[in-house]
Order: sequence, then structure tokens, then C-alpha cells
Amino acid sequence: MNSSAAAPYSFSTRRSLGWTFLLGIVLLLSVLASVVFGAVSIAPGELVRAVLRTADANPTQRLVVWELRLPRAVLAALVGGGLASAGVAFQALFRNALADPYVVGASSGAAFGATLALTFGFTAGLAGLGPLPLAAFVGAIATVLLALLLAEAGASSSVTSLLLAGTALGTMLSAATSFLLLWRNQPWFQAFNWLLGSFSGRDWSYVAVALPYFFSCYAVLRLLARPLDALTAGDEVARSLGLSVRTVRLVVVCAATLAAAVAVAVSGVIGFVGLIAPHLARLFFGASHRTLLPASALIGATLLVWSDLVARTVLAPVEVPVGIVTAALGGPFFLYVLKSRGGRLS
Amino acid sequence: MSALLEAVDLSCGYGGETVFANVHFPVRAGEICALIGPNGSGKTTLLHALDRLVRPMHGMVLFEGRSIWDRPPREVARAIALAPQRATQSAWPLTVLDAVMLGRAPQRGWMAPFTREDRRAVGEAMERLGLGALAGRTVSTLSGGEVRRVLLARALAQAPKVILLDEPLTYLDLHYQAEVLALTKALAKEGQAVVLTVHDLALAALCADRVVLLAAGRVCANGTPLEVLRHDVLAPVYGDRLDVLPHPRTGQPIVLPRAAG
Repeated sequence: MNSSAAAPYSFSTRRSLGWTFLLGIVLLLSVLASVVFGAVSIAPGELVRAVLRTADANPTQRLVVWELRLPRAVLAALVGGGLASAGVAFQALFRNALADPYVVGASSGAAFGATLALTFGFTAGLAGLGPLPLAAFVGAIATVLLALLLAEAGASSSVTSLLLAGTALGTMLSAATSFLLLWRNQPWFQAFNWLLGSFSGRDWSYVAVALPYFFSCYAVLRLLARPLDALTAGDEVARSLGLSVRTVRLVVVCAATLAAAVAVAVSGVIGFVGLIAPHLARLFFGASHRTLLPASALIGATLLVWSDLVARTVLAPVEVPVGIVTAALGGPFFLYVLKSRGGRLS
Repeated sequence: MSALLEAVDLSCGYGGETVFANVHFPVRAGEICALIGPNGSGKTTLLHALDRLVRPMHGMVLFEGRSIWDRPPREVARAIALAPQRATQSAWPLTVLDAVMLGRAPQRGWMAPFTREDRRAVGEAMERLGLGALAGRTVSTLSGGEVRRVLLARALAQAPKVILLDEPLTYLDLHYQAEVLALTKALAKEGQAVVLTVHDLALAALCADRVVLLAAGRVCANGTPLEVLRHDVLAPVYGDRLDVLPHPRTGQPIVLPRAAG
């Protein structure tokens, strides 16, 4: 009889691995699609030559593929995966289906920090981070910590108060960001691109900046998959099992905030990916973080690659900020989640 | 035989307010100890204090002669398991199997992959509580009694020396009450110490070797069921509208409320 209980475990692991592999292939195909479509269409044969950089490849197309579209698609995938992982982490931390990096205030904090740096011309960098990502990270982590402090002070069961604190801080910081942009008379188009997110003109240097951070954040969260499971089962359970809940919380908040901050630093504020991707993944893979994290990251990456493709083609040659596309997809989804949960927030 | 787990002059409370004070009792290996007392007498707080979840205001809890607060949390979790009263409501509950699997983390570690031995222990725990058919279900779809069995199975999977059960019999139908009573007896026979809180005093008498009566923030009585479950001991705590009758078969006391007259 023992094996009857053990069998579904190994079975579901193997099945999840298969699905994760499939999601990886879908992501690869999406990146390829994103390279094919655009202002200049590229035929499949041409694409193969351009990607392989064969001698007879059209030099313009080679440039378009290698220097314009590919880095952009790769960056979109990284940011999507990073935001989705951060969303999973925040949702587990607060045991709340509606938490994402944006709701908790990390994104608006990062945007405010980066805008502050832009406006006052900060030039300091640290540990490979340029001034913008550094300011975005400081802004994000300061906002989340402030929200945590405010929530702890507010109530003993701090889940709802933390979301309220995060949302209130986020709104205040967004107002302050808009004020800074208006005050220094920054061009509106640039501001929109920053506040609604864009991958316009992003080259390999952005990928190089973002890659190590996203991968280390993801690795940390994936290592903490079992503690995250325990946190969703409740603090009492987690502590009774010998987990130091405070330490795990702090590490998870730092990793998720870092991922969100780096995302904002390289692409601006892109909402809802961190909400949609985990929920889609949960529908198909269940709640165990061992499989939920990779699935969410891959779904988030795929979503953002397609969002960016829509953003740069729907009104071509004008580019729509990608945040508008994800909001147009994510807004209805957010409302659907809220409705299906009967309007309960925690 | 010396005590496996021992509350020594233990006082606990929240925010400066004392829930109970100077509680002193030992639990030996192979013994079933029932904590009884009126609502709000601090039974759950005491259970949490024994599991290192509540830091004592005064006194200490010794496991094998050493304070549980002088031991790392994971070491305590390997020795002492708690099946709480209810599961935390979660927006996306785990499957029954994953929920029980968590019980192996103290033995295996939080990052190491689970082994065949872990799966065997989990399979065995689920089998003992009749959960085999529910392995793939999510916890949110279960009834109150089924959730209770999941929480018990997780505690069993921890393979502890001391098992703390918070109201293990509530929400269970008669069949599973009998199953869980038999299970606690079996665990004790295997050498584990079992501490449980019980509302129903008749059920306490059925399973416990020793009954600890907690009331008004202190231990009012501590002894065998026959010594504690007596009208003159219970009446000062619960009021005198109660009857104590001998069980027709075993002679153990049965405590019933007196409805009228």
C-alpha cells in the first residue's frame, strides 16, 4: 500500500518536468516569432541565414535580427520570468492571490528611485549596477521595507494591512514620480515609456546587466521552494517544522524585490505579468513551488515576449508602451480572479 | 522512568498578560497525557509552549533534560511534532501528498531532495490515517475531518519522539474518533509520548494514562483519569451541573453535563 501513496508523487513530478520542457519550447518559438515579425518582415529562409550569420545573409537583416530584435526578445523574456518569479514569491509570502510586485509597491518604489536619479543626475554605481538600476533597487527595497514596517505596526495579522500599505505607498510614489517628470519638464514620450514600460532600443548591454541578477534571484527562490510551500501552509506549521520564518521571509523579500527592481531598471514599470503568470501556472501545475516557480517563469517570459511583439507591431511604426499591452491583458484577468474569489482579499 | 518532555515551573502569556503560571508536569515515553480545562484556560498555549512556538515568560520546557530553547529549531522539530487544531486557510492549498511531505523537512532538511525513505514514511503515515485515496486532492476541497487527518499524518511523518495533538478528536465522526484513539494508543505502545488537548472529558478518560486539569491559569489536578475525573475535582472548575458515571465495561469515568434539575 505504501507504493500507492508514493506513486502519484513521482508520477506528477515526471509529468511536470514534461510540461516544463514543453513550456520552454513554446518560449523558444515565441522568441523566434518575435524575431520574424516587425517593420521589416523576414522570410524563414532568410531568418535561418541571418541567425546563423552565414556569409550570404543580408547584412541589414542580420543587423535587425542580431542587434535589434533578438536582444529585445531575450530581455523581454528575462524581465517576464523575473516578474513572474517575484509574483510567485510575494503571493506565497502574503498567502494572497492578488499580491504581485506592483501591488506591494516594489515597482513604484523602483520607478521613483530611478526617476529621482534621472532628474538629479546621480552617477554613482555599485557592484556592476549602473546609477539607474541601483537607484531603482534602493527605491524598491526601501518601499517594500517601509510597507512591511507600516503593516507590522498596523495589525498582528498583517496581510491585508501590508497590501494596503504597499498600495498607498505605491500611489504616493507614482504621484511623486509624475511630479518630478513634470517639474523638470522631461519629454512626455520618454516619461510614458518609463512609467508604462518599454523594450524600445534595448540592446545586449541591458541583457548583460539583467541576466546575472534574474538568475541569482530565481535560483534563490527555487532553492527555497519547500520553505515557500511551508509558508503557504501557515506560519504556525512552518515554525513547528523548525523553519526560521523570519529569515526565510527576509531572504524571499530581498530576492523578489531585487528581481522586480532590476526589471523596472531595464524596462520601466510593467504591471500584471507577476499576477497573470503565477495564476496560469497554478491552474495547470498546482501550488507546489517546486514546479510552480519554473512554470510561472516560463509563462511570464512567453507572455512578455508576445506583449512586446504586439506593442511594437500593432501601431507600427509607432511603438505602444508594453505596459499598456500587459495591462490590457492583465486588467480583465485581475478582475476575473477578484470575482472568482468572491471579492475576498485575504 | 525519567521524563522525555517536562514543563518546569512554566509561565506563558501574550503581551505581558499571563495565560497560565507555574505549570509543572513531566511526560514520559510511552505515555498518553490529556490536557483538559475550560475554554480559554490555555491548553493550546501550553501545547505551543511545548513545541517551542511560544517563548515562556518564566520557567522552561526540557526535552531529554535540556531546554528546547537551547536547541536549534530543526532539532526540536525532529523530536517534537504538533498537529494543530486547524489548517491555515490558504489561497492555493497544496495537495494532500505535498502537505504531508512537508512533515519530512525536519528530518531531510529544507533544500535536500526527498529520498525513498521519506516517501516510505509519508506513505505509511497516510496509510495509517486512511488518506491513500486522497493523495492528489487539494486540501481546500477536504472536509473538516479529512483536514484533521492530514494534519495528523504530517505530524506522524515527522517521526517524532513526542507528538502533540491539539483537539485531535473534534470534527471527526465516530469511526475516525475510534481510529485516532486506537492510533494514539499504538503510538504510545511504540514508545512515543503523546500529549493531547481534549474538550470531551469522556474521550480523555478513554485514551489517557494521565489527565492534567488546567484552569484559572494553573494546574488544578494531575493524575490518572480516576483521580482527576471526579465530581469533587471537576465541580469547582466546571460548576456542579455534571455527572460522573463509571463506564459499564471498563469502569473508567464518563463525565456528562446535567441538562435540567
